Amino acid sequence: MTDVQEREQTTILRVADITKTYDLGGRGPWSRGPRATLTALDGVDLDLRRGEILALVGESGSGKSTLAKILVGSLTPTQGSLDWDAPDGAPRGRHAARRVQMVFQDPYSSLNPRLSVRAMLSELLLLHRIVPRSDVTAECLRLLNQVGLDADALDAYPSQFSGGQRQRLAIARALAVRPDVLIADEPVSALDVSVQATILDLFGTLQRDLGLSILFVAHNLAVVQHLSQRVAVMYLGRIVEVADTAELFSNPRHPYTRALIDSIPRMNPGSRNSMPILDGEPPSPFDLPTGCRFSPRCAFASEECSTIDPPLTAVAPDHSAACIKSLALPSIAPTGEQKEKQ
Amino acid sequence: MTDTILEVSNLTLGVRNGNRPPTVIVDDVSFRIARGERFGIVGESGSGKSMTLRSIVGLLPRGVEILSGSLRYGDIDLAATTGAARRALMGPEIAMIFQEPMTALNPVLRVGDQIAEGSRRHLGLSRAAAWDLAVSMMAKTGIPDPARRARAYPHELSGGLRQRVMIAMALSCKPKLLLCDEPTTALDVTVQHQVLRLLEDLCEEVGASLLFVTHDLAVVNQTCDELAVMYAGRIVERGSVERVFRRPEHPYTAGLLASAPDFDQPDRALVAIPGFPPNLAHRTDGCAFAPRCAFAQEHCHTASPPLEEHEAGHAAACFEVGRLLEATA
Repeated sequence: MTDVQEREQTTILRVADITKTYDLGGRGPWSRGPRATLTALDGVDLDLRRGEILALVGESGSGKSTLAKILVGSLTPTQGSLDWDAPDGAPRGRHAARRVQMVFQDPYSSLNPRLSVRAMLSELLLLHRIVPRSDVTAECLRLLNQVGLDADALDAYPSQFSGGQRQRLAIARALAVRPDVLIADEPVSALDVSVQATILDLFGTLQRDLGLSILFVAHNLAVVQHLSQRVAVMYLGRIVEVADTAELFSNPRHPYTRALIDSIPRMNPGSRNSMPILDGEPPSPFDLPTGCRFSPRCAFASEECSTIDPPLTAVAPDHSAACIKSLALPSIAPTGEQKEKQ
Repeated sequence: MTDTILEVSNLTLGVRNGNRPPTVIVDDVSFRIARGERFGIVGESGSGKSMTLRSIVGLLPRGVEILSGSLRYGDIDLAATTGAARRALMGPEIAMIFQEPMTALNPVLRVGDQIAEGSRRHLGLSRAAAWDLAVSMMAKTGIPDPARRARAYPHELSGGLRQRVMIAMALSCKPKLLLCDEPTTALDVTVQHQVLRLLEDLCEEVGASLLFVTHDLAVVNQTCDELAVMYAGRIVERGSVERVFRRPEHPYTAGLLASAPDFDQPDRALVAIPGFPPNLAHRTDGCAFAPRCAFAQEHCHTASPPLEEHEAGHAAACFEVGRLLEATA
């Protein structure tokens, strides 16, 4: 078996050259100049492998939520394709909804306050014909059990639960249709610290026990490092680096990834993060810089960076970065040095 | 003895319930902030940390009242200060940075005018001088092209820029005490890093003390010298950040530290605190944390432990400090 075939086998969902642009009009009576186009995603390639947790990180506006929405099918890409590892090709409609499910950031607004837990889950089970009508209650209990809730929860309403429990309900709802892929958009950032750990633990358990593939959109890198096997870093609609979690954090090959790592507030007592700050703001998506889009903020940029737009290229096995200097970047300081008190 | 700038003693806040006794949401909270000190309050939602902060600036929501205790800023009793006297204090003496830069700015005023308002009012500057000061404050907070950005409305700026505008506004009258309510939770990591460094530098420059409220332990570690941990309306532990992080003396603090992922220790397992925070309307006589505590003994459920110093400058409200330290040693 060749390498390509092996990769084919383990990939469950492949995104190829996905572009999403928004035409913002500009032909109205008050318009000046050419039509404005916003490029939210610009030629994104990404593989989600069977049974892995892949984290998607980046600043707000980098396109990570747009990509997540395209994957669940609530947005259609302007260009590019989603390839499923499925015998019947790309699933559509109700079948697509069964294969990918989403867990949202805010469990206070993502659950219908007027539906009891039983009503919420049984609607899905019946619509998708997951179990016969007579087994619906038993299946609901099994789902609640799976996310660590009691049978008492069955006839309660969302308002009776705490934030962490609501997020468990949202996960139970996503699992009800037995999806292959779970997309979690910042699922713990609205929760208290002491509760975050239990939800992260639940994602890990689901991955192990059900073989779920999870795309985990997050901005907290400490959480990402704890949970995911691979990380994809996005910047302004592009993926700039993908690698195994340990490799990415110990040997980042893109200057933006390094800037992210340097920005993490540290927990070591008495330590102050004195790493240089990343200057400036991400450029406007209406007016992208020429060449590498990170070059105006990059500490390592040289003249050629403003003319060459580097593609995502392999720098090591299972590690790609989109930087022409990726191999020339000095290795990052060992964490011990960063911890020195100022 | 260091110079105390703010002293909060035995502060108790409650929500009135008609004829029934009020629900106590902040219970007997005391701390003092020295001049130039950076003080952090950590706690989860509902722990009373934001209410404590709001009571200092007189922005308690309707229905929440100071039931007892005092808030002293120098020689001034803040609880008794209202109207013009309070307005004279807010800005040149005490300033606040809010969590949501999206909602804390006035959407129909140019940001430059919003920053200039304070210095016109308190420092008596002319319109033009105040505008120039606003632009220079914006430049100081690292806003690129400040002269043009000062003419922008809040919606034209990104979250990071809006937060800088808030910082520029708060610091324009050179306050002696700066209160921050989760100033970086709405921001990206890179911007958070920029804003925290900026706060640190500017506080040093104008010599302001900082009272920083957050739920993020790592952020406190980055910005503060002293720390108070709040749980269910009470301070359960207080001390220097370094000491509390190294050797927590309250099981809740230890639990928080164990449940937060640490970037430098990726392999450490996260241990969540079992159970839920108590309902403040149904307080018991015992320690509020006892039902969730692994070290709780019988007496923990019947009596509430006082906040006591077990070593100099490090206090905890726990009967079983010895058992906790033994277990974590």
